[in-house]
Amino acid sequence: MQNMMLIAKRDLKMYFISPIAYIIIAVFLFLMGWMFFNLLSYYSQSLQQFGAISYGQKPTLSENVIRPLYGNMNVIMLFIVPFITMRLIAEERKDHTVELLLTAPIRSLDVILGKFLSGFALLAIMLSCTLIYPIMLFYLTKPDWGVVLGCYMGLLLVAATYVAVGLFWSARTENQIVAAALSFGTLLFLWLISWAAHRAGPVWSDVLNGFSIVGHYSNFSEGVIDTTDLVFYASAIGFSLFGAKLSFDTSEWG
Amino acid sequence: MIEVRDLIKQYDDRVAVNKISFSVKKGEILGFLGPNGAGKSTTMKILSGFMPASAGSAKINGYDVEKEALQAKASIGYLPENPPVYMAMAVEEYLVFAARLHGVHKTKANTAARDAMDKCGITDVRHRLIGNLSKGYRQRVGLAQAIAHNPPVLILDEPTVGLDPKQIIEIRNLIRSLGGEHTIILSTHILPEVQATCGRVVVIDHGTVVAEDTLDGIAARMQSNVRVTLGLQKNPEDVLAKLQAVQGVTALSKTSKNEGEPFTVHVECAKGFDVRSDLAKICVSADLGLLTLNQEKLSLEDAFVRLITVDENTKEL
Repeated sequence: MQNMMLIAKRDLKMYFISPIAYIIIAVFLFLMGWMFFNLLSYYSQSLQQFGAISYGQKPTLSENVIRPLYGNMNVIMLFIVPFITMRLIAEERKDHTVELLLTAPIRSLDVILGKFLSGFALLAIMLSCTLIYPIMLFYLTKPDWGVVLGCYMGLLLVAATYVAVGLFWSARTENQIVAAALSFGTLLFLWLISWAAHRAGPVWSDVLNGFSIVGHYSNFSEGVIDTTDLVFYASAIGFSLFGAKLSFDTSEWG
Repeated sequence: MIEVRDLIKQYDDRVAVNKISFSVKKGEILGFLGPNGAGKSTTMKILSGFMPASAGSAKINGYDVEKEALQAKASIGYLPENPPVYMAMAVEEYLVFAARLHGVHKTKANTAARDAMDKCGITDVRHRLIGNLSKGYRQRVGLAQAIAHNPPVLILDEPTVGLDPKQIIEIRNLIRSLGGEHTIILSTHILPEVQATCGRVVVIDHGTVVAEDTLDGIAARMQSNVRVTLGLQKNPEDVLAKLQAVQGVTALSKTSKNEGEPFTVHVECAKGFDVRSDLAKICVSADLGLLTLNQEKLSLEDAFVRLITVDENTKEL
C-alpha cells in the first residue's frame, strides 16, 4: 500500500514535471471548450426556433448538450489515453530504471497498481477541469444533475479501463510508440466491436455488445447505474492489470 | 553471506552461466573478474533478483533469491550495468525515492540520501536533474542509490565505468571502506580494479568459474611461469626456429620489424627451467647480435589473460 502510493506519487509528479500533463490537458480542454460552445449555441438556437413555431418536442438540455458533450469527451479520451499510458512501464524498460523497481523489496502488484493510479489520477484531474461546464449550466439554466453525475461516473470508469488497457500494453514492450499504437488499436476495437452485433445472431450479438466499451457507458449517460456495467468495467480493469502484472513479472529484459 | 550453488542461466540459443558456484563471507569484497560477455552481469542480475535462474540456487543473507525474494532483495544494494536513474528527477529527490522503495522510513529517507550523497561525493549536484549530469556523476548517483538504505550486501556491476581516473580512485576507496561492514561483490573486466579493492577473486569465462582464489594465490600460481625477453640486433628468418631448440621453451613470439633492425623476442618457458644461459649461447653462436636478455615474472594481468585464453594443453598452468 505504502509502496503503491510511493510509485503513484512519483509517476504523477513525472507527468507534471514534463510538459506531458499540461499539453494533454490543454489540448483536451481546448477541444472540449470548442464543443461545449457549439453545442450550447446550437441548443439555444433550436430553443428559439421551437419558441417561434411551437411544433414538435421541446429540445432538452440533457439530450442536446450534456449527453453529446460527455459522449465526445469519451471519444477524445480514447485518443488521449494511449499518450498518457505509453510511458508508464515501457519508458522504465528503455531507461533501465525497471531494474530499480524489480530489485527493490516491493511486490510487482504494488508497482502495477501505483502506475495505474498515477495515470488514472491524471485523467481525473483532467476531467475535474471540465466541471466548469456543468457549473456554468447550473447558473444559466437547470441541468439534470442525475445525468451529469451519471456521465462523470461513467467517464471515470471508462478512463480507468482505458488506463488499464494502456498500462497492459506498456508492460509488454520497451517501445512507447508500439505501446501507444497497440493500446489505441485495442481500445478502438472494443469501441467498434458492437458494429457486427446486428448481423451476428442472438447469442453472439449479446456477446459482442457485452464487450463494447461504449455500450456499457450509455446507461451511465442516462443517469442509470446498472451493476452489469459496473461488473464489466471492474473485470476489464482487473483483467488488464493482471495481464500487466504477469508481463512485468515474467519478462526478462536485457 | 552469499551462497551460489550450481547456478545455470540458459537463454534460447546459448548458456550464459553454466553451473557457477561460489560463496562470499561476511565483510568480504569479492572481485568478479572476466572478459565482456563472460556471464558476470547475468550472474549479478540473478543475485539481485532481477531475473530468475534456469537452475541452481543463490542465497543472500540466508534468503533464497527466488523463494524468499522480498527478504533477499531487502538485503541488497544493487548497481546494475546501466545506473537505474530517472533522468527527469533531481539527484536528492531520486535518492530519497530509491531509499523509500527499499523500505527506509519516510522520516529517515532524507538523512539516508544525504549520507549516501556525502559518501559518493555528489552533494554539490544534489539539486540538479540527473539527465543533465555527466556519465561519471550518473554512475555515482547509481552507486549512492545502492548504498542509501545501508544494505548488508552490495552487488556492483562495473561500478567505475565511465569515471575519470580521479573519480575511479575515489570510488575504489569508497568501496574498500564499505567492506568489512558490507559484503560486496564487484564485477569488472579491469584487473587493476580487483587488485585495488578486492580481497578475493572469482575469474569467470564463458559462463564457468575458471579460478577462485585470493589475489596473491592467483598471482603465485602464475609466477611459476617465467617469460624471458630477448633484444636482438639481427633478424634472420629462422631466428625463432633456432631459439625453439632450447629445452624448456614453450612459446615464442617476436615483434615483427624489418629485417636488419633491432627487435624483441618473447620466450615463455615451462616450470622449473632456467633457459637464460642456453638462449644466450644460441644467440652468440648464431651471431644474432644479443642486446638484452631479461627475465620477468608473469604479472596478474598476464595471469588473467592466460586464464581466460586457456586451451586444452595449457589448462594445468
